[in-house]
Amino acid sequence: MSTQTAIIPDAKFLKQIDKKIKVNANLCYQCRKCSAGCPMSYAMDYTPAQLIHAIRLGLKDLVINSKTMWMCSSCQTCTTRCPQEVDIAKIMDTVKIIAVSEGIKPPVSSVHIFNKAALRNIKWFGRMYELGLIGDLKLRTFEFFKDMGLGVKMFLKGKLKIIPSLSLNRTLTTFNIFSRVSKKEKAESNN
Amino acid sequence: MSTKYAYYPGCSLHSTGSEYDMSFKLVAKKLGIELEEVPGWVCCGTSPAHSSSHLLAVSLPIKNLALVEDTGHKEVAVPCAACYSRFKSALYEIDHDKKLAEDTKEIIGSSFHNKVKVMHPLEIFAKITSQELKDKVKETPKDMRVVCYYGCLLTRPPKVMQFDDVEYPMTMDKVLENTGYEVLDWSYKTDCCGATFSLTETDAVLNLCQKILKNAQEVGATAIAVACPLCHANLDTRQTDINTKYNTDYNIPIYYFTQLMGLAFGFNQKELGITKHLTPVPMYIGSGSE
Repeated sequence: MSTQTAIIPDAKFLKQIDKKIKVNANLCYQCRKCSAGCPMSYAMDYTPAQLIHAIRLGLKDLVINSKTMWMCSSCQTCTTRCPQEVDIAKIMDTVKIIAVSEGIKPPVSSVHIFNKAALRNIKWFGRMYELGLIGDLKLRTFEFFKDMGLGVKMFLKGKLKIIPSLSLNRTLTTFNIFSRVSKKEKAESNN
Repeated sequence: MSTKYAYYPGCSLHSTGSEYDMSFKLVAKKLGIELEEVPGWVCCGTSPAHSSSHLLAVSLPIKNLALVEDTGHKEVAVPCAACYSRFKSALYEIDHDKKLAEDTKEIIGSSFHNKVKVMHPLEIFAKITSQELKDKVKETPKDMRVVCYYGCLLTRPPKVMQFDDVEYPMTMDKVLENTGYEVLDWSYKTDCCGATFSLTETDAVLNLCQKILKNAQEVGATAIAVACPLCHANLDTRQTDINTKYNTDYNIPIYYFTQLMGLAFGFNQKELGITKHLTPVPMYIGSGSE
């Protein structure tokens, strides 16, 4: 006799996503066109169609611990081809945001570390300071020698600046935007 | 037709993709297009923003468009496909979500009237007649067979981007044909190069890029033209790694389409930043400066 317990669909998670981005995953009829066209599905643990199905079943733990959304390259092929116009790429982003806000340690940590480092960089410099970003990334991933040769070649070709282009005005612009966004998001999550 | 545009280069065009900036400016000038860089522009937020906060991902582009409005320009040229995509997505989102539009205004701390049109250089050049383009050509490099690679973000998702055919765009093909290039059909025009995984999940980039290079080689291309600094970085700087991992011998020069236009117009490789590429390029004419 099977020991598997039956899954009782629970719409709470689906509604949480719908409320955030107004995308209704229930429109999916599992044609799997998203997964057929996904260039990254080979590196995911669940295909995009499987992840959408899990969302519909309310399997929140499975979804927010999945590798799938972290391996999404945001190429928008799924969103483009979905016959039901479900914005799957946007669901991928939202699931990442929910996972992080609920304290999940992303299984593809490099992507999450990169995102955080890039945002810090933009917040403080106003523009992306690539050499600073690479340095930040290396300090946090301990992969000091990865792409070192490539970095040197790019530097010699004048593709990486040693000194960031600084402007107090720009820093104020991004710093204020970042601060107001986080304040607003905190206020809304408390509501 | 407007020949004056505000210009938003974006972070990449000031660093890893500086040759796109150099070549776009030269080609635009040659075609009588004036560009004014937006004072005080900031990063569009790119993937890290939309993967982390919906509100942030919309606010950063809208702030920049508000800065464009301050210059008085009605149109802004955005060459980086990622910035272009973030700008158009942000406009689409505030058009479809009143609350988000209100929130965004509060976040950016300045007024925004939604009066700016976001244009990719390809759209700007596509407005120029084929005769006008042909008239500017000095000598197009011979024996170069080009495939045009559009990547993901110029065309997808089509209801947001409204840029040419979503699966098989032709805008770049036509612009390069009109400047005298032999342009080939191929199957990987709008496939993904791995984009921002370059520094993180590099293996994914190698895998996706080797497929693109393979198809380009199969159809007999001797050059790939791109319109995005991320596509350029991945295809140009990762060929050695791809050859090592997949036991291949790709050696296909990757050009920004503006560099190819510039070569045909008679600018030299150095002025166009072609000497900054990592994958070696053959020496073409255009040695004499315009």
